[in-house]
Amino acid sequence: MSTTTTRAATNNTGTSKMNSLQAVNAALHQAMAADDKVLVLGEDIADPEGGGVTGATAGLSTKFGGERVRSTPISEQAIIGAAIGAALAGYKPVAEIMLMNFTTVAMDMIFNHAAKLRFMSGGQTSVPITIRTLTGAGWQTAGQHADHLEGWYAHAAGIKVVAPSNPVDYKGLLLSCIDDPDPCIFIESAGSLFVPAEVPDDQGPIPLGKARIVQEGSDLTIVTWSSQTVRAQMALPAMAEAGLSVELIDLRTISPWDRETVLASVRKTGRLLVAHEAVRDFGPGAEIAATVSEELFGVLKAPVRRLGAPKCPVPFAKVLEDAYIVQPDQMVAAAQTLMG
Amino acid sequence: MTQPSNAPQPDSAALTDIFRRMLRIERNDDAILSTIRKGRLQMPYYSARGQEVIPATISHFLTDEDQICTIYRGIQDMVAKDMPLKPLWAEIAGRIDGTCKGKGGPMHLTHPPTGVMVTTGVVGSSMPIANGLAWAAKLDGSRRVVIAYFGDGASNIGAFHESLNLASLWKLPVIFVCPNNGFAEHTRFENGTSVDQISKRAIGYGMPGFTVDGNDPWEMYAQVSTAIARARDGEGPTLLECTTFRFLGHVLGDDNKYMAEGELAAAKEKDPLPLFRQRLLDEGHVDEATLAAMQAKIEAEVAEARDFGLASELPSVDEIRRDVFAQEMMA
Repeated sequence: MSTTTTRAATNNTGTSKMNSLQAVNAALHQAMAADDKVLVLGEDIADPEGGGVTGATAGLSTKFGGERVRSTPISEQAIIGAAIGAALAGYKPVAEIMLMNFTTVAMDMIFNHAAKLRFMSGGQTSVPITIRTLTGAGWQTAGQHADHLEGWYAHAAGIKVVAPSNPVDYKGLLLSCIDDPDPCIFIESAGSLFVPAEVPDDQGPIPLGKARIVQEGSDLTIVTWSSQTVRAQMALPAMAEAGLSVELIDLRTISPWDRETVLASVRKTGRLLVAHEAVRDFGPGAEIAATVSEELFGVLKAPVRRLGAPKCPVPFAKVLEDAYIVQPDQMVAAAQTLMG
Repeated sequence: MTQPSNAPQPDSAALTDIFRRMLRIERNDDAILSTIRKGRLQMPYYSARGQEVIPATISHFLTDEDQICTIYRGIQDMVAKDMPLKPLWAEIAGRIDGTCKGKGGPMHLTHPPTGVMVTTGVVGSSMPIANGLAWAAKLDGSRRVVIAYFGDGASNIGAFHESLNLASLWKLPVIFVCPNNGFAEHTRFENGTSVDQISKRAIGYGMPGFTVDGNDPWEMYAQVSTAIARARDGEGPTLLECTTFRFLGHVLGDDNKYMAEGELAAAKEKDPLPLFRQRLLDEGHVDEATLAAMQAKIEAEVAEARDFGLASELPSVDEIRRDVFAQEMMA
């Protein structure tokens, strides 16, 4: 994939219309200008190499110099290791791992080191790195380029997992990840990249661990995140037509997740559907479903339902890829089933 | 590569300092072994007895500002770098006064005030992180150097190759130091490594690489001083392979069955510690009384540290929730 990021369109209302990649670019510019400890590294990310395959880092090396913005060899362990070491010495590196599947190549660095060094050192050292990575089915990139692995990272102690769905959140949450004293993995997703929105020019950090209520409702709670929020929003008109009052929650941060907001919503509606693009079995939805079942067993009017991908690699053929992704009409059907 | 002909030579003060660091490692190792054997300490222990010359010589050139990333057989590297022994002992005993409040233990010791930044239990993982510390040293405009210690088995890990490539490309002030003791766990060096000298791999990454007799302080001194100067002057990384032998096998309790008949005994005949001591005396670099006083002082320090560590309190169970994140865990 190769996409050029163009400058966001600015209007005179104090907002700029941009897509999520442009929001990432804006956040990086803002963070690097505000704090000279912020570094950016990754494959092809400097301007001579094109400012990243998606253009998300375009302009940074020209503006902030080749020492702070470094293109790297294709060496995922070296990238994350360099980020960890620089972080231990007081910097705030933002490392781009082109695609989420390639983070598995650096799993030792992420899981055994970045996520554990604070604890294992008894709090003497910290690793304030941000790992930006892209994933998501929908572009026919098949088995090794499109997995949603947030469940792997959410299972690990010591790393925060963030998965925004819209340009405002992309910008605000990325700013928070960069400022956070702990390692964060920031998941950019195919299905949410190009939906434009008005982003306030002075958009600041959005707190990690806080969900966003996209729409309030009283019959049913749907919890989702990342690209699946976009698809859930597509399903809302059909749900309204079917007479369902849906409360849609975009979790935004997968770990730590906003239990309070989800529990308060289900306490109100009595019904919960969790929908994610990741494989359903052993996915993050299971954690949310189990928590809600444990805490609100007496309140639930129906068993919690989960929608997620089948337990197979992401397929190539469009017809199979479409079947892999939970589609809006499946959410509508699941919601109706929950109503009995 | 062989050592340069104009290599710097150590004076008596340098040699005595290197010996002091070696003795501190050996006396501390001896105390750990005896405390484990008495049943007063329970830990996986990877002794580095026999390898003392390597970290002792390297640390002679380092200040507290300089940093190391080391591995599970790394207590020697910390002791050589003059890390205080009291919090070290409390940590290996899993006590609250340990450097890491008992959460890291012997394989994950950290002590930033003396530059001990990371100790890893994963073979090969010290190198990518050392690169990042070295990158920071460069960004800071400092003359700090970073040492990445790793074993010979680690040179077969992908992280080794990625790290050497990046360090060379970015001209990082890092020195990759491999005490090659001839065994990767239980596998002989030649059965696990495709080259006869790890230093040859440096050629593939465009950096100087040397194989040094890691039991010879003079040879070590020459190569280390050259590598350190190169790093401090911004000329980039060096790979140093330092040949040596480990006397206590891979992990304490190892029966050494994978070693050849007589191999260990032959190595012990060439134990660098008594040989170096004798040579220091023979060549008049130091006198017996000075060495005896040095030994008494180190033994007192070790004994005090051991008593302190074993007397320290156990961590409170609440500690399990702390330091996972900067903010305490909620649930």
